[in-house]
Amino acid sequence: MDTDYKYEPKNGLTKWLDSRLPLMRFTSEHVLQFPTPKNLNYFWTFGFILTMCLVTQIITGIILAMHYAPSTLLAFDSVEHIMRNVNYGWLIRYIHSNGASMFFLAVFIHMFRGLYYGSYKEPREVIWILGCIIYLLMIVTAFMGYVLPWGQMSFWGATVIINLVGTLPIIGDSLTQMLLGGFAVDNPTLNRFFSLHYLLPFIIFGVVLLHIWALHVPGNNNPIGLSVQGKQDTVAFHPYYTVKDFFAYTVFLLLFCYFIFYNPNALGHADNYIEADPMVTPAHIVPEWYLLPFYAILRAVPDKLAGVLLMFGAIAVLFFLPWLDTAKIRSGRYRPIFKYFYVLFVIDCLVLGYLGAQVPEGIYLFLSRVTTIYYFAFFLLILPILGKIEKMKPMPIGISNSSLSKDMVAAE
Amino acid sequence: MYNFKKIKFLVITVFSFLFVLSEETFSAGGETYDLIKPGFSFEGPTGTFDRSQLRRGYQVYREVCASCHSMKQLAFRNLSQKGGPEYTEDDSKVFAAEYTIIDGFDDYGDPVERNRILSDRFPDPYDSKEAAKASNNGAYPPDLSLIVKARSGGYNYIYSLLQGYGKEIPGDVEISDTLSYNPWFPGGGIAMYQPLYEDSVEYEDGTYASVEQMSADVTAFLAWAAEPEMEERKRLGFIVMSFLIIFTLLMFFTTSRLWRDVH
Repeated sequence: MDTDYKYEPKNGLTKWLDSRLPLMRFTSEHVLQFPTPKNLNYFWTFGFILTMCLVTQIITGIILAMHYAPSTLLAFDSVEHIMRNVNYGWLIRYIHSNGASMFFLAVFIHMFRGLYYGSYKEPREVIWILGCIIYLLMIVTAFMGYVLPWGQMSFWGATVIINLVGTLPIIGDSLTQMLLGGFAVDNPTLNRFFSLHYLLPFIIFGVVLLHIWALHVPGNNNPIGLSVQGKQDTVAFHPYYTVKDFFAYTVFLLLFCYFIFYNPNALGHADNYIEADPMVTPAHIVPEWYLLPFYAILRAVPDKLAGVLLMFGAIAVLFFLPWLDTAKIRSGRYRPIFKYFYVLFVIDCLVLGYLGAQVPEGIYLFLSRVTTIYYFAFFLLILPILGKIEKMKPMPIGISNSSLSKDMVAAE
Repeated sequence: MYNFKKIKFLVITVFSFLFVLSEETFSAGGETYDLIKPGFSFEGPTGTFDRSQLRRGYQVYREVCASCHSMKQLAFRNLSQKGGPEYTEDDSKVFAAEYTIIDGFDDYGDPVERNRILSDRFPDPYDSKEAAKASNNGAYPPDLSLIVKARSGGYNYIYSLLQGYGKEIPGDVEISDTLSYNPWFPGGGIAMYQPLYEDSVEYEDGTYASVEQMSADVTAFLAWAAEPEMEERKRLGFIVMSFLIIFTLLMFFTTSRLWRDVH
């Protein structure tokens, strides 16, 4: 990216360091002075919020691992030991368990923002794909983390999901056994899930660095969707966005702390406070709320294998989004028809989430089929076709000019 | 310029999103009877446990429930800790000493039995799960340490269940001879016989032991047992939230001031 600022080491030490490890230069160019479009709205604060979520999960997770015992005989009791006997163990665990939900809440907003403003379009395809990889890793990490307390939902959720893998042709059986470390969810499963649950966040961290690296090549997209044309369009990341992001983060923290301190179990399932029992199946096996839309898609079709493929397809389709959306302009603001389909898509995802918690019968089954069809139609039919036929609304000519031409757009 | 509308929109989006999501997690179940909600002292953001109620509840647990139900997550020292029944340490020692425990082996390899002390857990009424089932028509009396968190409906469910006996069995419900009808129990047939009758316990503080009273007391005790950190959590929460609200306001003003001149 073309930048017209320079880092000048001021004293002997920084000059010495700059020619050996240009750490200060890097920080200055990529954090402090990084030119950022000045018109970003609050939906752009979730990148920072998500980074904080990841750091929070890693720190609390490391502390929990100091007290947790990954054995089917001890896991449940060790979690209760954390809750009752470890100093502020309840706080650490509630931050970690609610933190997972908050992480997903933030990532959903982040992704829906990208979808609306076309942040995945040329030249930002790689940023989007890396984001999809992060999202996929988050799902796997969260799923494995949910197994660790070894409650009823941990055990039966793991059983249901891993059995799904077994429906895959040819590799199904051996893959299932590899995941399980045996023939049923048991101690080897718990051990490898713990190991991977500890490993994956650091891999996520690595991909996040790539995500930010890729972002810093073209720079941020913005609500107008036009590329930055010059210095007049940007402000330095610090202090403008460090302060703004932090303000948004404090608002986010208010909601987070409400859950931690006043409703810490609202987002979990009561059955997970019952120790896992392979002989007793819970009445309804449901995953955590953030996986419910995919669960609804899975159960929308009568064939098990087709359901599994659709569920994975629902995530896989995201990777192809940059090429499925054929519209030339980025921002949904200037796409009058897209807006309606977009809002419908958001509602569709929420309804899918609701349906994921219901028994797939009667009206619920019918609705989950309709919403599943719309989910895929949005990506595979609407976006490719709409981009070619939709007439765009008049756009401002630049980021700095947008405030001038806004009234003209509104007046039309 | 700072845009209040945008902030409001964002906040509303986040909250409504979460509302929808938390709703769906809870819509499972389908009782024919609504839960009885008597309104406990520990509800709400500042609610605390009533010490004398917790003590009465412990008495009900000790004299009635404990004959079948374990509470393996609780130690006798918990009875004296802050935010609980807050018995004196001496009182808790007396409670503990009422039970024995096998603690290792002596020099001849014989098991050593001693009285329980503060650091020991509550005793398990059965030696094994199999023994527990054998004594209860094949049903396993669940451990009560976490029962309030482990049932949807929480303490109101426990409170309702304890009073759900003696109701007429509806025509479309079939209950086997070994089960009792209780409308709040999923399916209606529960293996636990009616546990509480008037004057099942004689309260040390002289409170009249109605079924309602004992149900409320033991429910409060179980709620504390499931979340012994609750009072501290709410107290800390108040401090954290107060700080965050002020800090958020300061960050808002800082952001507004900083961005005022960016056009």
